[in-house]
Amino acid sequence: MIDFSFTVWILLIPLVVFVLVGLFGNRFKPIVSGVIGTSGLFVIWVLSLFTAYKYFFVLEKAADGSFQKLLAVNTVWLNLTDKLHVDLGVLLDPISVMMLIVITTVSFMAHLYSIGYMHGEKGFSRFFATLSLFSFSMLGLVVATNIFQMYIFWELVGVSSYLLIGFYYTRDSAVAASKKAFIVTRFADLGFLIGILILSYTTGTFDFITLTSSNSPAFSSGQGIWFLGMSTMTWSMIFIFMGGAGKSAMFPLHIWLPDAMEGPTPVSALIHAATMVVAGVYLVARMFPIYIHEPAALDIVAWVGAFTSLFAAVIACTQLDIKRVLAYSTMSQIGYMMLALGVSGYGGHNGLGYMASMFHLFTHAFFKALLFLGAGAIIHAVHSNYMNEMGGLRKYLPITHLTFLIACLAIAGIPPFAGFFSKDEILVAAFHHNKALFTIEYIVAGLTAFYMFRLYYSVFWRKEVHYHHTPHEAPATMTIPLIFLALGSVFTGFIPFSKLVTSDGLPFEIHTEWMVAIPSILVAVVGIAIATFLYRKDNNMPQRITTALGGFYTAAFHKFYIDEVYLFITKKIIFNYISRPIAWFDRHIVDGTMNGVAFVTNEASDRIKKLQSGQLQQYALVFVSGTVFLALLFIYLWTN
Amino acid sequence: MFEGVPLTWFLITGTIMFFVGVYGFLVRKNLITILMSIELILNSVNINFVAFNKILYPDHLEGMFFTIFIIAVAAAEASVAIAIIINIYRRLVNIDVEKINEMKY
Amino acid sequence: MFAIFAAVIIIFSVLTVTSRRILRAATFLLFVLVATGGMYFLLRFNFLAAIQLTLYAGGIVVLIIFSILLTSHIGDKLEAPGWKKIIPAFLVAAAGGVISVLTILQHQFPMEVVTSAERTDIRVIAKSLISTGKFGYALPFEVISILLLAAMVGAIILAKKRKD
Repeated sequence: MIDFSFTVWILLIPLVVFVLVGLFGNRFKPIVSGVIGTSGLFVIWVLSLFTAYKYFFVLEKAADGSFQKLLAVNTVWLNLTDKLHVDLGVLLDPISVMMLIVITTVSFMAHLYSIGYMHGEKGFSRFFATLSLFSFSMLGLVVATNIFQMYIFWELVGVSSYLLIGFYYTRDSAVAASKKAFIVTRFADLGFLIGILILSYTTGTFDFITLTSSNSPAFSSGQGIWFLGMSTMTWSMIFIFMGGAGKSAMFPLHIWLPDAMEGPTPVSALIHAATMVVAGVYLVARMFPIYIHEPAALDIVAWVGAFTSLFAAVIACTQLDIKRVLAYSTMSQIGYMMLALGVSGYGGHNGLGYMASMFHLFTHAFFKALLFLGAGAIIHAVHSNYMNEMGGLRKYLPITHLTFLIACLAIAGIPPFAGFFSKDEILVAAFHHNKALFTIEYIVAGLTAFYMFRLYYSVFWRKEVHYHHTPHEAPATMTIPLIFLALGSVFTGFIPFSKLVTSDGLPFEIHTEWMVAIPSILVAVVGIAIATFLYRKDNNMPQRITTALGGFYTAAFHKFYIDEVYLFITKKIIFNYISRPIAWFDRHIVDGTMNGVAFVTNEASDRIKKLQSGQLQQYALVFVSGTVFLALLFIYLWTN
Repeated sequence: MFEGVPLTWFLITGTIMFFVGVYGFLVRKNLITILMSIELILNSVNINFVAFNKILYPDHLEGMFFTIFIIAVAAAEASVAIAIIINIYRRLVNIDVEKINEMKY
Repeated sequence: MFAIFAAVIIIFSVLTVTSRRILRAATFLLFVLVATGGMYFLLRFNFLAAIQLTLYAGGIVVLIIFSILLTSHIGDKLEAPGWKKIIPAFLVAAAGGVISVLTILQHQFPMEVVTSAERTDIRVIAKSLISTGKFGYALPFEVISILLLAAMVGAIILAKKRKD
């Protein structure tokens, strides 16, 4: 047995960096905070790689040949009853170790990149402090030993995201976006909390190992009580998924993700591409043994994922802001991951969807982070976010161009880049489970290739736009992460994931199913071809298509008016019929009672103070009448 | 000369004098008239004491001694009261009891 | 005899508290005190009566009259108190009086009427005043002397003219 308690340092180092840089950051020169943050992340990156090596290759497997789930550290934090207690600790199992690598790698790259990108910004130290806080929260989330600890860190992640999206707090749009993100995810977390409460009430425990073991109380209890046709366990899983859907920007709780692009680009890369948004997927994966027993909940997961990926892909085809295209692309890819979980079975080859989902999470982190950091380099060079103000940049930004191209090929699913392998497994899993879902995802794959290359050609090809000043390539601290992530996008596809991360911990063999792989490559190539035809050179073909599509195009361009629907519901209905009465109640009745009590006290004391008038004869009068009264009382009235 | 006077007559006289004194204390404005009412009260109590002593316990003298001491204390108290009144008169130039009301809320 | 004294006491005490001229009030007080002394004579407490006349009628009333002369315009009529003051005070005093009188009348005293009385001997009084055994009043005597000393000193200090 290897002692893994050193893994607690993976959590503690970013926390220490946060406190240090947060409290003392404005005393150092900015570059010092950057160096402290980045070196902290470097240390934990190395630690995570070491942990992964030890876990996957050195640690002996459990009795049935699966990778063990082990508690590296666990302390009881809050004792609610003697059976129900909230612990804090570090749980190591295949998915948490995988997530450790993902988070530390992308975070380290983002830190390195930020030294160059945020150079000269006011609040440089604050940025690095908050990035470390975020890293701490996300790491705590993935290694949580029980669902309540996960909830605590879930909320912490939300807070860090709020702080980072609203980093440019002098801009109204950034402040609004951070509020929107926080409120929408908080609303989803209400569902999550309800789910946790139902789950823990019926099973009596928060602990993951107990809940997901083969004789978990989740399977025995809670099946008998039925509410609206579904058992309590199904309800709790649905509610927990609601929390995950909010954090992962699934329809209809997706509205915060495009607006979250107001934050600085490294933040978008780290949080809204690679780590925070996959927290929902991770949650479902973590609770997967229970989800398997609730097919209704799993179906909801699959369909929500599929719908979101289609919805987002359609919108992404119309957007002009490069970061928003990438945001919708992220939404679409996470839909893939949710779908893959939804169509998965359990155990060995049946758990293909699960494995594919985790594999796609891993590879997606690399190429999506690369895309965002590349977009940051483009924005840094051109000082604009909009595609129609760019063109012909491949001459000026060679490294960015090459890495961006690699990422686009990866996300489109062209072999031998990483995205092909992971997406292919997802399509295979969907194909064997539900042909309708497979068709949707197949179409989405084509759309993905199309809009990514639309973006690529619009930025790097076409006729050159007149720039204010010559765009220059990004400095080394920004290009090194790009190169590293590009290497990751190329080579991570070859990792034998099915030997490492599976639904039940047992490794299994996979082989490429060419019956699914060839059509998927074809549809991607078709998408790239159409995009090349329409966007490589300037022409008016796109214009003609958009006018031909007419109303549908306008609706897609306006994100199908979902934001307007939400605004209508909140402003007209909730504000007027719910908020106003409650505010009235609070102001007049609650405050009124308090004020009334104070007022009554004041008045009473005003009246009473006349008794202390300083008039001697009044005092004497009161005294004598009291005595007479007492005499009357005792002599005549109280005869005992 | 007083044989045949019941005890209760003495007591009633004392009581009436007492409550007249109380009335005077509560009603009068001038500080010195208040002092006079206090003297009335003290004297009524003295009458009670000696009446009880002579009629109920003719062999003992406690009532009389108590009355002597009351008279002594009353004298001391009256002198101190006059000193205070003179002090007040020096400050306020009048000795209206309603004007002396600084120890209030 | 008793009736005269009682009548004098009651009438003049009422006049004292209701008179509007302050010097007349002082004079009525003097009459009350003298009548009280008379009561004491009636009860054969000669020594006590002498003390009453000396101290009260001769000392305190003189003191009061001096202070009246020092502090008020004796020619003016005193203000009559308003009805707001008279009514509660009268009610309270009357109530108290009625209760007390009723209680006195209802109580059974063990001996109501004295048939004879002897003069208290001054020698007995003197012996009691300085004896320390039972029925001795040496301690209260000394305490009273200290009290009188304190009152004297206090009165002088209180009434002293300040330098400011």
